[in-house]
Amino acid sequence: MKTMGNLMNSRIWGRGASAINPGLVMATIVVFIVLSFASPYFLTTNNLLNVAKALVIVGIAAAGETLVIIAGGFDLSIGSTMAAAGMLAAYLLDIGSGVGPAFLAAILLGICIGAANGTLIAYFRINPLITTLATLAIIRGLAFVISDGREIIITNKTWLSIGTGKWASIPYIVLILIMVYLVFALIMPRTTFGRYIYAIGSNARAARLSGISTKRWQMAIYITCGATAALAGLMLAARTGNARPAAAMGFELDVITAVILGGASLKGGRGTILGTAIGLILLFMINNGLTLAQVPSFWQQVCKGFILLAAVLYDEVRSGRSDDS
Amino acid sequence: MMSTPSNSDTSNTGADSGARPPLIELAGITKTFGNVEALSGVDLKIGEAESVGIIGDNGAGKSTLVKVLSGVYPPTGGVMRFRGQEVRFDSPLDARKNGIEMIYQDLALCEDLDVAQNIFLGREIKKKLGPFNLLDKQAMARAAAEDIANMGLDFDVEREVGMLSGGERQMVAVARALQFSPSALLMDEPTAALSAEKIRRLWELIAELKSRGVSILLVSHRFTDILSICDRIVVVRGGRIAGEMKPHEHPPAQTMAMMTEMMTGDRITEETEI
Repeated sequence: MKTMGNLMNSRIWGRGASAINPGLVMATIVVFIVLSFASPYFLTTNNLLNVAKALVIVGIAAAGETLVIIAGGFDLSIGSTMAAAGMLAAYLLDIGSGVGPAFLAAILLGICIGAANGTLIAYFRINPLITTLATLAIIRGLAFVISDGREIIITNKTWLSIGTGKWASIPYIVLILIMVYLVFALIMPRTTFGRYIYAIGSNARAARLSGISTKRWQMAIYITCGATAALAGLMLAARTGNARPAAAMGFELDVITAVILGGASLKGGRGTILGTAIGLILLFMINNGLTLAQVPSFWQQVCKGFILLAAVLYDEVRSGRSDDS
Repeated sequence: MMSTPSNSDTSNTGADSGARPPLIELAGITKTFGNVEALSGVDLKIGEAESVGIIGDNGAGKSTLVKVLSGVYPPTGGVMRFRGQEVRFDSPLDARKNGIEMIYQDLALCEDLDVAQNIFLGREIKKKLGPFNLLDKQAMARAAAEDIANMGLDFDVEREVGMLSGGERQMVAVARALQFSPSALLMDEPTAALSAEKIRRLWELIAELKSRGVSILLVSHRFTDILSICDRIVVVRGGRIAGEMKPHEHPPAQTMAMMTEMMTGDRITEETEI
């Protein structure tokens, strides 16, 4: 009992705002063990790779959303950004562009959407929820208008190989996800960018009075989120071999659930990229378990909603406790 | 019958009138918010190593005055000089670059960050790693621990500020202001959350800072705070300097009566309840 207590309080989980919740790690391990015994298919290589591939798209977008939520913001426009980026890349490939320019143009589009969100939120002080809800509708609507609602089939073999190719049995898209998380995990605790994300989320006024240009950094945070959403959209297009204006609809639910489940606080100032990674694994394992148990997809949606509620309630209880202290 | 303070002596010549210019000089400073004029032509000089207490009623303009000095509010009009050179502070960073540090009434700390992170927020120590400039967390933790120890305190600098007591948080705000060897320290109600023991320690620190040549500007509604540490008391009323005095020129009761009279604009008699 004492050993378990020591383990839960250990510094290996980190300290303060960037600490990993040991309860989350334990829950993930417990779900893993339960599913391993409950289904003979769960621990198969094929199933685990499928979980990993399903997780990649949400995971890349969740990395950017983690930064936004730690900074006390919110971005609902990621699904629309993913669709728009995929559509743009697919269109450019369709008219004969190379993979590189199509990729860069799509990322640039994500950056522009992030910059627009950041400008409205930081400089015009519009509520992040309203701002990104509006951009969600605008971008998605424009994607439908410009494409006339039609999907674009991608035939470029190089592009498709990103979605289907492997290196040492690991799909490229999983490697890309790992790289994104490694970069973010290095940036967050070691750079001023990472430090200011926590400071702005914790107390934006204090950060401003400390000489930090909070508006500029907020812009950078939303731009990063736009870029990761665009990258996620590109991975989705590479994996499915097409781009649709209706792609990634409702992805926001998975992304935000994973981030909150991973310990990021909706009040800002707390969370980690590693926590989001664990939250993602837990969310997708539960999802996979429900699929293996042949639970209908509509019920899976209901289940995700409850998981998000539970994570938010936990966050409320935790921050309520720290307010009391 | 108590004597009436002389409003004719409001030239605020706290600084030496010799060749050396005052550390900070405000001339005709105004600050308006929409139609409201919070400061109306404030003239004030603060000398090197001088401690000046600002006192005034609620809404008198004393907090606006220190916020103009600390760069939070750029002035609407007037001239500000620092060591004789005209300056304009458009942000707290501008004031900090000139060695003016501020301890805010609400402390302005990030509760989710630890003590060391708060002390160095905005001025992090970095180390080169190839082409990257990374945070030097060890160096900042070491320096913060030293600051805390120098202040006669003992707490872990890796603790989140949100987990500290009100007094400890206040001392973190003081440590942050002192970390970068300021030439002037502005304090807005610094004793609000402190115990008697911590107030005594703060006054000792301020005396030590003064002996090192740091100028102090203290805003407080507590007469005792002002009388304890200030060389000069400036009274603000209706966005203007209503008068000033030396705290030990008169007996304490008379000083308080004079300050109250300048704050309210009402004549104080022996029958008046203060």
